[in-house]
Amino acid sequence: MSADYLASQLFNGLASGAFYALLALGLSVIFGTLRIINFAHGAMYMLGAFATYYGAQYLHLNFFLALILAPLVVAVLGMLFEVLLLRRLQGLDPVYGLLFTFAATLVVVNLMRLLAGAMGSPYNIPDALSGATNLGFTLYPTYKLFVIVVSIIVCVLVWWFVERSLLGARIRASTENPVLVRALGIDTPRIITLTFGLGVAIAALAGVLAAPTTNVYPSMGDDIIIYTFAIVVIGGLGSITGSIVMGFALGVLQTLGAIWYPPIATTLIFIVMVIVIALRPSGLFGRPESS
Amino acid sequence: MDRRRNVLMILIALVGLALPKLIYPIVAIDVLCFALFAVALDLLFGFAGLLSFGQAMFWGGSAYVVAILVQTFHFDGGLALVAAIVYAAILAAVVGALVVRRSGIYFAMITLAIAQIEYFVAVQLKDLTGGENGLPMDSRGTFFGAHLSNDTAFYYVAFVIIALCVWFVMRVVGSPFGTVLGAIRQNETRTIALGYRVNRFKLATFILSGTLCGLAGALFARGNRLAGLEMIDWHTSGAVVMMAILGGSGTIAGPIIGAGIYQVIEYFVSKTPIGQETDLVMGLVFACCILAFRQGIVGGVLSIPWRKTST
Repeated sequence: MSADYLASQLFNGLASGAFYALLALGLSVIFGTLRIINFAHGAMYMLGAFATYYGAQYLHLNFFLALILAPLVVAVLGMLFEVLLLRRLQGLDPVYGLLFTFAATLVVVNLMRLLAGAMGSPYNIPDALSGATNLGFTLYPTYKLFVIVVSIIVCVLVWWFVERSLLGARIRASTENPVLVRALGIDTPRIITLTFGLGVAIAALAGVLAAPTTNVYPSMGDDIIIYTFAIVVIGGLGSITGSIVMGFALGVLQTLGAIWYPPIATTLIFIVMVIVIALRPSGLFGRPESS
Repeated sequence: MDRRRNVLMILIALVGLALPKLIYPIVAIDVLCFALFAVALDLLFGFAGLLSFGQAMFWGGSAYVVAILVQTFHFDGGLALVAAIVYAAILAAVVGALVVRRSGIYFAMITLAIAQIEYFVAVQLKDLTGGENGLPMDSRGTFFGAHLSNDTAFYYVAFVIIALCVWFVMRVVGSPFGTVLGAIRQNETRTIALGYRVNRFKLATFILSGTLCGLAGALFARGNRLAGLEMIDWHTSGAVVMMAILGGSGTIAGPIIGAGIYQVIEYFVSKTPIGQETDLVMGLVFACCILAFRQGIVGGVLSIPWRKTST
């Protein structure tokens, strides 16, 4: 096995890790404030891809505009969902949030199947990003490089925003002690809605990036959401850093594992999750606490 | 104990006895198996407070065990059923040892992810499981020598087995063991402080639930002469959660009625123009249930004050 081959596989791993990291990051951002696991995260990823596809189909929207507009559109839908429905579950056992977003997933995915058909449609890689780039040691598809770069930029920005900025501090404070934060004159419900919108936007962005790599189809989020759950558990529920790092790390591990033994590609992440919860139940980056 | 619960169970048993005369016997078998599946899931969720989103690993896994043994190795169907139960029990013991240390949404996410391992293993073992096509069985197999090709005959054999299981679950939740489960659900920390080894109780419940889910799935596979990948899929794990909660979690009658209603709705929706996407309707119904009617049907009925409630 040549070093060049291994290096290009490493990049393939980073490219699939780029999707995991974005989805896990969005899930963590939402869990961090709302304390619920958004089962509909995969459906929102799918909506991001469909927004891109329909944008190109009916509005001749180019890919780079879709990269900004599609997440915004899906985020607005997500925020409406939060304000009108999800908010009613506040204060209940978080399990109901999971169940409700599960129901929402069934509705959204099956609605899209009625509208678009189960098979889905292809979406072409934009001309500017097609072809390959010379990395010095190998030729590598430009589009995959683009995905890796965009994902890293977004992850770093969101990490900085939540962990280091003033608004991020308010978000974290709203989770720790909503009553006190409210008493300080900060509109916590609005912060919660905006944070939910942010998490949804990141999921939709991952969907936009996925559109040219796979067919755009209604159940495209069905498998990836379970991987994302496993990654979030491995990283530590609610840990932003854990989600980003483990998203990329497990993407790479999965790809390299598949070189060694191809059938393990689909299960390796779950096996890692089993090992991690056996040894360190709170996850690699999580603070040990009871759930 | 509320006398209405007993009346309800007797009514359910009577409907169960008449069911093959009321609807197609093959549909009646489905309702019966899903009823046990939902009761077994709710033993975990409604009584111990542990939401498993991966019970399909037992339901579907045992289905494959039965189908493989009967179809490929020509086992007696009764023996295959026993093997399927043993498989589910061992799987539940291994998975349970790992997951009972967590609870809440963690528990749901972990069970969901572990069930996917079995799903992908079943996809990989194409030669054994038939991969995407599933594994059809030429016949149901004999039941310790007796032939069960007649749907109605099979229904009543399954009915006896499942009624015994449901009765057993009722005894379990009514026992001191069941009382401890209730304590764990309400306040786990305090139950630990009272000196109970909470994780052992959770593990025992997980094994019992998994075994019963496996038995239900094995009967379902024999009834339909098919084990398929969709039986392990997380949509199936989700469907059984919906059945239990729609009917009324924490009541034995609820999940049974929920399973019946789910099948009825699914049947009628499949006759409409959107029949391909029954999950759309199920999702809407379940979303409304979570927003406005979390007690479910039986829970709602039982919460109505009743002058004859015994003290």
